[in-house]
Amino acid sequence: MTAALEVNGLSLRFGAVQALDDITFSVAPGELFALIGPNGAGKTSLFNLLSRTYAPSGGTIQYFGQDLLGLRAHQLARAGMARTFQNLGLFMPLTALDNVLVGRNHAMRAGVVAGGLRLPGARREERQAREAALEALAFVGAAGVADAVVGTLPYGMLKRVEIARALAMGPRVLLLDEPVAGMSRAERGEIAALVASLRGPAGPAGPDGLAGPAAGAMTVLLVEHDMGVVMDLADRVLVLDFGRVIALGTPAEVQADPNVIRAYLGEPLDLPT
Amino acid sequence: MTTFGQLLFAGIALGSVYALVALGFTVVYRSSRVINFAQGELLAFGAFLTSWLVLSAGLSFWLAFLIGAATTAALGLAFEFCVLRFALGRPEFTVVMLTLGLATVLQAVVDSVWGSNPRANGDPWGASAVHVAGLVLNWDQIWSVVAALVVLGAFFWFNRTRYGLAMRAAASDQEAALAVGIPLRRVNAAAWALAGLVACVGGVFVTGYPATLDPTVSNVALLAFPAIILGGIDSTTGAVVGGFVIGVVQELTAGYQPQYVAWLGHDFYLAAPYVVMVIVLLVRPYGLFGSRPAERL
Repeated sequence: MTAALEVNGLSLRFGAVQALDDITFSVAPGELFALIGPNGAGKTSLFNLLSRTYAPSGGTIQYFGQDLLGLRAHQLARAGMARTFQNLGLFMPLTALDNVLVGRNHAMRAGVVAGGLRLPGARREERQAREAALEALAFVGAAGVADAVVGTLPYGMLKRVEIARALAMGPRVLLLDEPVAGMSRAERGEIAALVASLRGPAGPAGPDGLAGPAAGAMTVLLVEHDMGVVMDLADRVLVLDFGRVIALGTPAEVQADPNVIRAYLGEPLDLPT
Repeated sequence: MTTFGQLLFAGIALGSVYALVALGFTVVYRSSRVINFAQGELLAFGAFLTSWLVLSAGLSFWLAFLIGAATTAALGLAFEFCVLRFALGRPEFTVVMLTLGLATVLQAVVDSVWGSNPRANGDPWGASAVHVAGLVLNWDQIWSVVAALVVLGAFFWFNRTRYGLAMRAAASDQEAALAVGIPLRRVNAAAWALAGLVACVGGVFVTGYPATLDPTVSNVALLAFPAIILGGIDSTTGAVVGGFVIGVVQELTAGYQPQYVAWLGHDFYLAAPYVVMVIVLLVRPYGLFGSRPAERL
């Protein structure tokens, strides 16, 4: 089976700083794959490479057998990759619904004239996009704020709207950068359940050929500091420290790994007794 | 009352030109976060080209106007395509300096190709006017209002389509826009083409009777500047409203101030828009429609 993502020898340098060094891993379709590591380990840098925001200094990335580095950042949406941002990538002056609608933009075909004149085809397309966007908002529990300008919403709700936008893009691979950061315990549980439900058997595609938010069978890459969430959800966990892979395995394996314990807790001190 | 009506109409006509120029500033600002210092020179280029096509090449005015507008739009596009793309991701200061460079080049081009003597803008109606209820409405002024309304109408209509939504999204967060599949480069190119187009339309109509066309027409951009600050630099609605406000303020000042407050001097109407701008900014620091940067504490 072709891997959803096949990362080989990936490295990233900013001047003298080696942000990522020889990263190799592969993610199977439908897998929930978590990236963890102390602050500054390179998790978000890796996400930025996968979403083509940064260009790597070396290495390759295959996306369902295709060379990902041959695509531009804005072409990834159509290729089926969606992401959220650690510090939110929402369009603050727009409403929640418009934010999510932008996520459908890449799947719409009507041109300027057809859209502007509101020709029947364009109107139908727009109605479908709106329905899909509202469905995505409802799925994350943000249906009530569809018409609110997102700049006015509380943080937890912003996180939900951003996830809704990523889901509305109909992705095959979803990159979630700290989806539960800054949320209350109750909210964390809800979002974790929501992320878990993105997998499972594939549902029917929508009329525009994109999978709906509840369609399942998504491949999810998750960066998260909340270890409870990571250990509950992830099939496999990749641990980064100072830009290197220090462990890769199931949650249980990783938790027992002495390298991981050292990275998180430091070297045991040899104290005189 | 007649005087007031006359001045108000002149103000609206001038304001329509300012609104166009201000819109040009705003779309570029929204796409690249920089003030385009070449806006005035684009305007001069479009006006000179149109005038030359009519008076020297013998084309009909409307055809010349279309070609002039298309060429100026293409010039904006070419600048984005050949120069600015290489500055993507550089500090904004770099891009500002590049627009200043474009301004200098265009100034030299206009000067060497068409010289600095005043000339007519090439419109067919000259000084002809309509007389309505004691008011004299110049055809040039009527057409500048019509042209501005057509262009502005088309722009706001476009803004409601999904392309407009994509443009607004790109204006608000470029990285996120890329992540949802918006081709930023194309959005920026469209912004520059539009800036060229509105510059040409503004340039042609601001140089109709009784004004003439000479290279100092690029100063119109400086006068439109208070309009964008007044309206809020990142708001297209603000640019248009600001443009009309500034136009009316300027004409009313030019009409009444020498008579009632003569000690301010006879060129005070040029400073009046800035006075209004300062007053508005004291009350609303981000302009009438500008977005206040949200900060979470």
